[in-house]
Amino acid sequence: MPTIRLDNLVKRYGNVEVLHGIELEMAENEFTVLVGPSGCGKSTTLRMIAGLEDVSDGEIYVDDRPVSHLEPKERDLAMVFQDYALYPHMNVAQNISFALRLARRPKSEINAKVKEVAEMVGLTDFLGRKPGALSGGQRQRVAMARALAKDSGIFLFDEPLSNLDAKLRGQMRAELALMSQRVQKNMIYVTHDQIEAMTLADRIVVMHGGYIQQQGTPEELFKRPVNKFVAGFMGMPPMNFLDGTLEERAGDIWVAGDGFDLKLSGNIATKAKAHSSREVTLGIRPSDLNYADDADPSQALTLDVQVSEYVGAQSVLLCKCGSAQVMVEVNSETPVALGQTLTFAVNQRGVHLFDRATEIAL
Amino acid sequence: MRTAMANRLTPYMFMAPAAIIMAIALMYPLGYMVWGSFRDWNPSQTIGEAEFVGLKNYIFLWNDPNFHESLGVTLRFAFFVVTIEMVIGVGLALLLDREIRGISLLRTMFILPMMIAPVVVGLMWRYMYHPTVGTFNRFLDSIGLPRVDWLGDHALTSVIIADIWQWTPFIFILSLAALQSLPRSALEAARIDGATAWQQIIHIKLPLMMPVLIVTALLRLIDAFKVLEVILVMTEGGPGLSTEILALRISRTATEFRELGVAAAMSNYLLILLLLLTVGMFAFNRWQEARAARLNALVEEES
Ligand SMILES: Nc1ncnc2c1ncn2[C@@H]1O[C@H](COP(=O)(O)OP(=O)(O)O)[C@@H](O)[C@H]1O
Ligand SMILES: [Mg+2]
Repeated sequence: MPTIRLDNLVKRYGNVEVLHGIELEMAENEFTVLVGPSGCGKSTTLRMIAGLEDVSDGEIYVDDRPVSHLEPKERDLAMVFQDYALYPHMNVAQNISFALRLARRPKSEINAKVKEVAEMVGLTDFLGRKPGALSGGQRQRVAMARALAKDSGIFLFDEPLSNLDAKLRGQMRAELALMSQRVQKNMIYVTHDQIEAMTLADRIVVMHGGYIQQQGTPEELFKRPVNKFVAGFMGMPPMNFLDGTLEERAGDIWVAGDGFDLKLSGNIATKAKAHSSREVTLGIRPSDLNYADDADPSQALTLDVQVSEYVGAQSVLLCKCGSAQVMVEVNSETPVALGQTLTFAVNQRGVHLFDRATEIAL
Repeated sequence: MRTAMANRLTPYMFMAPAAIIMAIALMYPLGYMVWGSFRDWNPSQTIGEAEFVGLKNYIFLWNDPNFHESLGVTLRFAFFVVTIEMVIGVGLALLLDREIRGISLLRTMFILPMMIAPVVVGLMWRYMYHPTVGTFNRFLDSIGLPRVDWLGDHALTSVIIADIWQWTPFIFILSLAALQSLPRSALEAARIDGATAWQQIIHIKLPLMMPVLIVTALLRLIDAFKVLEVILVMTEGGPGLSTEILALRISRTATEFRELGVAAAMSNYLLILLLLLTVGMFAFNRWQEARAARLNALVEEES
C-alpha cells in the first residue's frame, strides 16, 4: 500500500492559481483527511492525485515514482464521488464489477469479488437493482463497494457523505471508520465537515485558500492550532476570539481587552512575554470555560448570558463579553437564568494567543 | 353539488376553444381525405359528385407495381438516410464533445445546412451534380477520373447524399445535447475504473444516450417518409421511377394523373405507416416511464 507524496503541487485555471504549492506526504495505510471550507482546493488536490485534473506545476509521487503524466487507470486507485457517480444503466452487481470486467478477469473471480464486497457493505439483497431504485444510503454503499472491488492501494473519497441526511451520515461515518481499520489501504478523504475529519482521520490536513494551514493528528490540531484559522475551524462549537493587549504588571503578564482582564500563567505566559507585539487575539474554546461563582477573578471571564441553546446533556450559552460574543459549553444541569451576569473560570491550558496582525499562534 | 360539478368542468371549458379549433383544423382535412379515398374522384368534380367506389382505390394500389416501386424507393431512402445520418451525427457529436479552441464555431458551422430552405438545397445539389458543369464532375475531370452520372445511374444514391448533408446536423446537435447532459462524474468514475475512450463510448455514453437516440431516429424516420422538395427539385422522381418517393408519387397522382381518390388512398397508406411508427415511439416512451415508475414504487415500498 503505497506512500503518496505531493511535491510543490500547483493548480492554475487559466491564470487564476487555486493551489499554491501543496507539500504533503501520506504514509502507508494512513487515513488522511483533507478538510477546509468550501472552495479551498480540497477536491482539486484529490482530483489531481486521481489524474482527473492536470497538474500545472510540481509533481505527485507514488512510492517515489512520478505519476502526474499517467492516466487515472494507470495509477492503481479507486475513488468514491460526492454524487456517487454510479452507472445508471447498470445494476448494482454490474456497477461493482465494471472495473473487473474491463480488466477481463475470469468470471468466477468477478462473481466471488462482487459477493464479497456486497456482503461487506450490506448490499447482497440488492445486486439486481439499478441505482435509480436505491435510496441515498444504498447508493452510497454501492459507490463504496465499487471502489472496494478494485483492490487498489489508494482509496480516494470526495465528500462521500455530504448528500446523506444527518442520521445516516453518522451511521455511515461509523461504518467507514470500521472499514478503514479492516482494509489496509492508503485512504485520502476530503470533507468540509470537521467532525468527520476528527472522527475518521489518522492525520488531518487543514486547507484554506489553496494553502495547507496545518497537518497533524486530530488531537494536535485541536490542542495546538498553529493559527487563528485552524483554531476557529476545528472544534464545535467554535473557539471564542477576543481582541486584547498584553500587559506586564508586577512580573506577571496579563491579557486585557473589552470586558476582560486575564492573568496568564504557565507555558502560555512564557510565550506571551517573549512575543514582540502586544496586540493579540485571545482564543478560548467554549469547553474551557467552567461556571464557577467563586473563581479567582484574575483567572475568569465575567459574561452576560443572553441565550441558552439546549442540546441535551450539554447546553451552549451565548454570552456577551464587552461587545464581543462568547460561547460557553455547560452541563445542562447548571442553573443559569438568561440575563444573568456570571463568572466562568478559564482553563489555563486552554488559553490560546494569536498575533493580531499575522494571526499566527504564539 | 352543482359547484363541485362546475369546478370539475372548468378545466374542460377552458380547453374547449382550443380543442374545437384543433378538431376542425386537424380532423376535417383528415376526414376529407379519408372520405375522398373511397371515391373515384376527378379534380373537376366536387367531392359530392364523385362516384363512391368503396375500397377500390386501396385494392388498386395494393396491386399496383408502380406504387410498390415507389414504396420500395421510400423505404430504401428512409433506411439509408436515417442509418447513415445516425452513424455520422452521433460519431461527430462524440468527436466534438470536448473543450478545444474554436469548437463552438465548428459546431455552429455544422448546423448550417439545416437552416437552408429545402428548395435551395435541391437547386444547389442539382447544380453540383450537373453532368458537365457540376462541381463533382469537374473535380473528377481535374484529377483525371471518369465522370459519374450522378443524377442518372446513381440518382437514388445522390439524393441520399444530399439528404445526409442536410439532416445529419439535426442528429448531431441532439446527440451533442444528450452527451453534454450525461453525468460527468460517472464518466470520471469510468476513467478511474480503467475504461479507455472507446470503452467509455460503448459502455457508458451510448447506453445513456439511447433514449434520446431512439426518439431522434424515429423523428428523422417520420420526416424521411415525407421528404418532397429536395427530390422534386433535383430529379423530379426520375430517371424512370428510381427516385420517386411516395410523397412525390402522391403529388403526381393528384396533379398529373388527376386521380384524387387514388392519391388520397396513397396518402392514407403513408399515414398508416407513420402512425405505426409514432405509436411505436409513444409505446417506447410509455414503456420507459412505466419501468421508471415501477422502480420508484419499489424504493418507496422499502422506505
Ligand atoms: N474548472 C474550474 N475552473 C475554474 N476554477 C475552478 C474550477 N474548478 C474549481 N475551481 C476553483 O478552484 C477552487 C477550489 O475548488 P475545489 O477544489 O472544488 O474546492 P473544494 O475545497 O470546495 O473542493 C475554487 O475557488 C473554485 O472556484
Ligand atoms: Mg469539493
